[in-house]
Amino acid sequence: MKTSNALELESVSKTFSSGNRTVVAVDDMSLKIDYGKVTGLIGPDGAGKTTLMRLATGLLLPDQGRIMVLGIDAVQNPLRVQSSVGYMPQRFGLYEDLTVQENLDLYADLQGVSDKDRTERYQELMHMTGLAPFTNRLSGKLSGGMKQKLGLACTLIHPPRLLILDEPTVGVDPVSRRELWSIIYRQVQDEGMSVLLSTAYLDEAERCDEIILMHQGKRLGQGAPRSFSQPLKGRVFHISAPAINKRSLSIRLNSIPGITDAIIEGEKVRVVTETEGMPDLVAYFPDDSNLKIEPAEPIFEDAFIATLGTEKKTRVPYDLAPLQQKNISRQEASEVVIEVKNLKRKFGDFIAVNDVSFQVKRGEIFGLLGANGAGKSTTFRMLCGLLPVTTGTVRTAGHDLRTASAEARGKIGYMAQRFSLYANLSVEQNLRFFASAYGLARKRKKTRIGWALSTFELAPYRDTIAGDLPLGFKQRLAMAASLMHEPEILFLDEPTSGVDPLARREFWLRINTLAESGVTVLVTTHFMDEANYCDRLIIMSEGKVLAEGSPAELKSSIQRPDLPDPTMEDVFITLIEYGKNTEGQAA
Amino acid sequence: MNRSLRKRMRLKGLIRKESLQILRDPSSIAIAFIMPVILLLLFGYGVSLDAKHIRLATVVEQPDTNTAGLIGAFQHSEYFIPVLYHTVQDAEIALMEHKVDGIVWLRNDFSDRLLSRKTAPIGVYVNGVNANQARISVGYIQGVWQTWLSSFSRDQGHDLKTPVMIEPRIWFNAAVNSRYFLVPGLIAVIMTLIGALLTSMVVAREWERGTMEALMVTPIRISEILLGKLIPYFILGMGGMFLSVAMAVWLFDVPLRGSFLALTAASALFMMVALGMGLLISTVAKNQFVAGQIAIITTFLPAFILSGFIFQISAMPEPIQFITHIIPARYFVAILQTIFLAGDIWPIILSNCAALLIMMFVFFGIIKKKAHKRLI
Repeated sequence: MKTSNALELESVSKTFSSGNRTVVAVDDMSLKIDYGKVTGLIGPDGAGKTTLMRLATGLLLPDQGRIMVLGIDAVQNPLRVQSSVGYMPQRFGLYEDLTVQENLDLYADLQGVSDKDRTERYQELMHMTGLAPFTNRLSGKLSGGMKQKLGLACTLIHPPRLLILDEPTVGVDPVSRRELWSIIYRQVQDEGMSVLLSTAYLDEAERCDEIILMHQGKRLGQGAPRSFSQPLKGRVFHISAPAINKRSLSIRLNSIPGITDAIIEGEKVRVVTETEGMPDLVAYFPDDSNLKIEPAEPIFEDAFIATLGTEKKTRVPYDLAPLQQKNISRQEASEVVIEVKNLKRKFGDFIAVNDVSFQVKRGEIFGLLGANGAGKSTTFRMLCGLLPVTTGTVRTAGHDLRTASAEARGKIGYMAQRFSLYANLSVEQNLRFFASAYGLARKRKKTRIGWALSTFELAPYRDTIAGDLPLGFKQRLAMAASLMHEPEILFLDEPTSGVDPLARREFWLRINTLAESGVTVLVTTHFMDEANYCDRLIIMSEGKVLAEGSPAELKSSIQRPDLPDPTMEDVFITLIEYGKNTEGQAA
Repeated sequence: MNRSLRKRMRLKGLIRKESLQILRDPSSIAIAFIMPVILLLLFGYGVSLDAKHIRLATVVEQPDTNTAGLIGAFQHSEYFIPVLYHTVQDAEIALMEHKVDGIVWLRNDFSDRLLSRKTAPIGVYVNGVNANQARISVGYIQGVWQTWLSSFSRDQGHDLKTPVMIEPRIWFNAAVNSRYFLVPGLIAVIMTLIGALLTSMVVAREWERGTMEALMVTPIRISEILLGKLIPYFILGMGGMFLSVAMAVWLFDVPLRGSFLALTAASALFMMVALGMGLLISTVAKNQFVAGQIAIITTFLPAFILSGFIFQISAMPEPIQFITHIIPARYFVAILQTIFLAGDIWPIILSNCAALLIMMFVFFGIIKKKAHKRLI
């Protein structure tokens, strides 16, 4: 059968069962994807994006429905589908113990590319990805961005007619992200390739020709990015108030009925309302805060939140009151609680952290921003005393935690990057365990567990096995557990990695509230936009600190006439390129 | 490009990739070459099921030329280290303290009884905790006693009371050296390790690292993926086998009485069975830990315990003997011990090979049915 669509699904369903739970990953879905376009598959975690892609590549059989890929039935003829599509899974399977060239050779062999075509194609791909100087390097020793580019090159060795990419840019630095996108677009323009990709970065959605919004295995909408954002015209605003800091402002705005979303964006707060126009804010800001409200142009992200975020939104102001402190005095606020000097960490001949220095003051949100592999987590582990330093000094709350007493360690809370709670214990059992581990007993233990369950809205899940929680809730539980003993300093290692945009927002709201109550928060992230939530931050790349400062300072430092309102991503890209140039000059 | 050419290209690519990985992965090399060497050294030198250098307490209540002769006979035996004690009580304490393994007690009427040709006047105690060694020790002590007694009688100029003398003759392993049957048996264990454990783990590793998913979406066929694993690990396993045989023959002086060709052919067949088990496990286990556990419990341990490599199958309880029939290593151990110690005894070799052949077809039949190019 001849079709005019690159991909066509007809009432496709796919259910998974594990134990006695069944999950409907794709629920009676029908869709069509055009030839020669970049189509983005967007949706929160567990929406069924990966399952959809695996169905389209013949890696999974649907329970029902028909899947036509390039006019070929994927159920009847998976092998033919597989010889004409290119698919890059979420963690592309590079053989890390093979070199760049050997990986390419393997995929060229598997795709049946002749020796004659090969040389030419290699040159083209290596030029496009900038990997030419590294062909003899083991792919395991490439940076995260280079790995992704190599993965993409491997899928493109035999130019596929349909390219399917599952979160190709996740955890990759902005420079590599930009390069990946330009490679993808070049394929579409030069080869007429059709592309289907999923992404966790909502700003990337704007770069797609068409977007399919997915939620709980269903298609919520399909169309150009503008077709999603345009209906929101008149519902998006920028609010600023000179008298109130942006963090408190966003927390307060978030709790107002009629406001769907309020996030810090640059020095302002971006607000999406439920209906056209801004609700009357006077009642909430009686002390004449001099609010400045300007209408803003809606983007896809606003539409995403407006469509999916309404039912999830929490209205109750967060009660983080039981946490010790409140208004920190001026003197306390200038107190340095973390001091890092010339910190260095080597693993063999690999320098993971190279000469890093910074200070964190009490009550700050301090960010470590960088791509995967920049050395953020290694720095964190040394700060928490989990890893010995190679050279340099680290003082956390006045102690070197490597040698400090248990009491000193009680001042910090640590939330590891990977889910580090007991997956086979219930939510309450986990909390009870962590309370005991921190030495809480009787009344205090009971109060703190009650506090955790209510503050993090885990009460309905108290008997749920932690492993069965949705990812966002797991993160909440992990954060609750790290706060059981009311630490002064909280370390959050990539708390939002792999979490969908909705859960990310909610998580930051909690972090903001926590910081407002006086807790010092150190957080690592690879999401550039999250830097805006920090009071101060360092930008890291390849173990080194590229810049330090407040988001506003960093942005103004790269302001140019042609870049009047730079984003954090611009800062990052400029710094990386500046670094490359100076390196080039030195060499 | 035509189809068969593409197919060859894909297979060649996979095999090259796998070989590079093996060469760069220290753990593969360790399992294929270092582990066999360690196991062989351990079993060749360290583990011995023979009783040698048994520390024997000798208590002589009334020393004379006869007792001296008998004790001398113990001293000359390579199996015993006699230690002299004056009273039997001392000797018993030494036995309890594990200073000696047994006691030979010659009472004060030893010479009288001997000359009056009454029955054996010696008392023997053995530490029975290690039953195997105890049994062997008793046998050896009896042997020394009988030999001495017969030569004594001859010297005295009259025949021995005993009308019949058993003269044992041990075939195939004349020196009754346990190393001779342990070392060949070990080859079966080593090949199981490479074929089943290593192979199932490297496939599981591909699942874990996501490389399998990427492979699956290329035009490759599932049979090619399997062959791409089978061929390199077959070569690796045969390499391990040759290494083990070389060490057995040249380092441990185990005789190889059968033909090298028969040995290679039978090993190749067993290697296929072991690889079949490994690939079968990998269709079920998709992470390395589970794959390793399954491989150890279902292939490695049975090859160790139930194959007749250490423990005699005919000495096992009936139900266990019955179970050994589904252990491939059992047939291979029988072949190995035959080829090494007895020679090309075709009826035994062929019947065991037939069993292996059937198992190979069963395993690959199940794999063909179970393996498909899908994630679930």
